Parts: sequence; structure tokens; C-alpha cells
Amino acid sequence: MFLEQLSNGIALGSLYALTAVGYTMVYGIIRLINFAHGDIYMMGAFFAYTAIAYFNLPLVPSFLIGMVCAALLGVFIAKFAYTPVFNAPKINLFLCAIGTAIFLENFAMLVWGPETQSFPTMIKNEIYTFGGFKFTKLQAVILITSILLVLILSYIVKKTKIGRAMRCASQDMVAARLMGINTNKVIFITFALGSSLGAAAGTLVAMYYKAVYPMMGFSAGLKAFVSAVIGGIGSITGAMFGGLIMGIAESLGAAYISSGYRDAIAFIILIIILLFKPTGLFGKTVKEKV
Amino acid sequence: MLKIKNLDVFYGGIHALKGINFEINEGQIVTLIGSNGAGKTTILKVISGIVRQKNGQVLFQGEDISKLPSEKIVELGVIHVPEGRKIFTVLNVEENLLMGAYLRKDKKEIQDDLENIYELFPRLKERKTQMGGTLSGGEQQMLAIGRAMMSKPKLLMLDEPSMGLAPIIVQEIYETITRLNKERNLTVLLVEQNANLALQAAHHAYVIETGEIVLEGSGKELLGDDRVRKAYLGEE
Repeated sequence: MFLEQLSNGIALGSLYALTAVGYTMVYGIIRLINFAHGDIYMMGAFFAYTAIAYFNLPLVPSFLIGMVCAALLGVFIAKFAYTPVFNAPKINLFLCAIGTAIFLENFAMLVWGPETQSFPTMIKNEIYTFGGFKFTKLQAVILITSILLVLILSYIVKKTKIGRAMRCASQDMVAARLMGINTNKVIFITFALGSSLGAAAGTLVAMYYKAVYPMMGFSAGLKAFVSAVIGGIGSITGAMFGGLIMGIAESLGAAYISSGYRDAIAFIILIIILLFKPTGLFGKTVKEKV
Repeated sequence: MLKIKNLDVFYGGIHALKGINFEINEGQIVTLIGSNGAGKTTILKVISGIVRQKNGQVLFQGEDISKLPSEKIVELGVIHVPEGRKIFTVLNVEENLLMGAYLRKDKKEIQDDLENIYELFPRLKERKTQMGGTLSGGEQQMLAIGRAMMSKPKLLMLDEPSMGLAPIIVQEIYETITRLNKERNLTVLLVEQNANLALQAAHHAYVIETGEIVLEGSGKELLGDDRVRKAYLGEE
């Protein structure tokens, strides 16, 4: 039972991690808690669902379509909802994010209907055992896809020119502009990457629970936010660890304490970690030089 | 090379620059001196496209650059080393230098220029893989200048390069600036509170007070000027 719950927790955790990375990236670059991120995750799942259910496309292309459409949506939101208020006080940006979230939820209800739709089974439910460690094929697919996507992202951020520009812009927007970096472009690319990862997570969750519905992004967004904060918001590595910790703690807690405490456990962990490390596990304290 | 015409800048209701006019000729070191809040940094920010003016023009090699985005201005060959150096602490020394060459596509020449910078500042070569944030203030200033040079600038703008540094390091930085100017015919716009050093290095100087240019002349002339000596060189 323990190992079963552990594999469940790892699968769940890698999904939280994937969502949290998108959260943390956007925060890192424009210091915005992007409340619409959970809803981009939902839209990604719906895009993939539409490709499968209405256009009868196979899984992999549908999955990629979900990611690409969500990336475009992310850029669209950044351009039309966020950039117009960039130079206004931070609270305006915040309100725009909440507004965007509400808009996307209602947009999805309008297009796909408010009821839960069943996501077609695309991967047969085979169970593998590996030295007492039981996991389903779907769990393996989730874990491998998440690892792969995070590796690709790390490569982009660490090794490519645009990745370096992203790191510079997240440290100091003005200094980055003085080096000739087009910071607007960097912001859009960050939104595109973060949103596509969110969509990937959304689609995998939809596959895991075999359901898509317009409000699915709400609690996912909240948990991804908690994961990002646990890891130290702004840190990509932190978001990944935060997500895994949350997923595992939630599964084990649900199994050994009570499944009713599922969501409470996430916040208990958040409170405990922030008590001892207020900047999160991988967060850096920002020193203000006078 | 650079011509500023009737520049007016407002911060909210505050009239920060009041019709500034000045000129920099190619191959010169020009300095703007003045006290805190006079508007020196604002002038640099307008030239590099970070702050927008209300009225006026910035002509670089005859072209009005005052409405261009900052990346286009860097591309034209104007680079701004900001006050406080603004090194990227999350990148190592070499990555910092490469950020200066962000807009360049000539990979081979970038490598040559990197070697060039290491020759100019051997200390940076020793610290190549160290994170930018671990350098001392003087090293960071060298890195900031090196990073700016990696963009192959025609005009180098330095904002308070002596700030917070030990006199011996300041001396070294100024020697480098003079050397870059002489050996590579680099045009330099220098903003300083340390008026003495700046005036010694500069061919031409402007004194700015509360958003207006009140005095101009060659570096030597201003060093000898009574008003400058009283207000900026601390002499009675």
C-alpha cells in the first residue's frame, strides 16, 4: 500500500511540478502571481480534448496541439491583458490576472459547457510491478513526459541565448534592456513556455482522472502556487521539488490520515516550511542595498 | 556624433530636464558633472531609450534615435553602463561578457573580442567562471565596462564609474577609459560626481544644475574655473 501510494504521489507530484514551473517562471520575470495560470492549464486540457474527441486525432499530436494552443493563448493574454498595465501600480496587474482567470473559466463554459466531460482513454491501464513497486502505464507516461519536458526547459533556460536573456531580465529588467535585450519578447517567450507546460500538465491530469471541466484549473492553480512558494517562488528547481513534495505528501496523507484532509495537507506543509524557511526551500533572500 | 536638442523630460509633475542642448564629437571624452539630482543620469537614460522625453531630439550620427526602442539603440552602437554597474549576479563572468554581445551574430569575432577584454582586464580572465555577484566592486566595474565593450560600441556611456570604489581602483578604471579612447578612438560620455577626475580625463565638459546646463568648456578650462572649483571640487 505504501509503495502504491508513493507511485501515485510521484505521478501527481510531477504534474504539480510541471504546473508550478510555469507559475514560477512568470513570477520570476514580471513578479506577477499569474492567477490565470490554472485556467491556461484547463484550456490546454480542453484544446487537447477537442483535438481527440472532435477531430479524432491520435494522442501525441493532440497533446502537442494543446501545448501550442496554450502557448499562443499565454502570449495573447500577456500582450492584451498584462502589457497595457505593466507600468501601472502592481495591484492593477494583479486584478487583470484575476479578471483573465474568470474570463477563461466562463469562456470554457460557454464553448464546452459547464458539465464535466469524460476524457477518452488513450493509454490502456496496464499495471507493472517492479520489485514490489506497483505502477500503471499511465503513471509511467506521466512521469516520463514530465521529466522530459522539465529537461527541455532546463536546457532552454541554462544553455540557450534566449534562456540567458530570460535569466538576465528576471534579475534586472532595465539592465537587460541596456544590453540590447528586447524584454517584451523575453516576456512573451516566458509566457509561451510556462503556458505550454501548464497545458501539458492539464492534459496529463485530464488523462489521469479521465475528466475535463471548466473549473479544473482552480484547485490545480492554487496547488501549483503552493508548490512554487514551497520551493521558493522564482526558482525553477524549487518549483519542481515543491510539486513533488506536495504530490507525495497528499497521496500519503490521503491514504494514512484521511482522504478528506487531502487539500488541507498541502497547506499544512506550506505553513510548516514557511515557518522555518520564509523564502521557501530554494528561494534566495533579496538583499536591499542602500 | 551625438547631438542633444532641446531635451525636456518630466517625471510626473517634476520638470527634470529643462531644454538641454549639447554635443559630443567623435573620438572625444565628454563629461557631464553636477550634483545629485541634477539630471545627469536622466540624460543617459533618455539616450539609451529607457526614459522618454517630452520634447526634443537625440541625434546619433545624424539619425533621430529618441523614439527607437533600446535594443535598436544598442544595435546602432550606443551602450550605457548604468550606475551601480548592474552586473548579472546569476551569470558567471564570461556569461556576463557574452550578454554584452547579445545582438551580435559574428560568432568568431565575439570570441576574439572576448580575448581582447581579457587582455584589457586580466583579472576578469582569472575569474571567468566565478558568478558575477561574487566579484569585488572594482572587478564588477571592470566587468560592466568589459560587457559594454562586447557590444562593439561607437559611443560608451558611463554612469558614475568611480562610485563606491577605492581611489587606486578608480585610477585604474580611468586609465582604462582613457586608453580605450586613445587606442580605439572610442567616444565616451562620462557622468560623474567625482568632478576632479572626470575633468582631468575629459576633452570637453558640461556642468548641469537642476536640469539645465549652466557652464561648458574644455576639461582644463573648467578645472580652472572659480565656480566649478567652489561648487564641485570642494575648494574655497
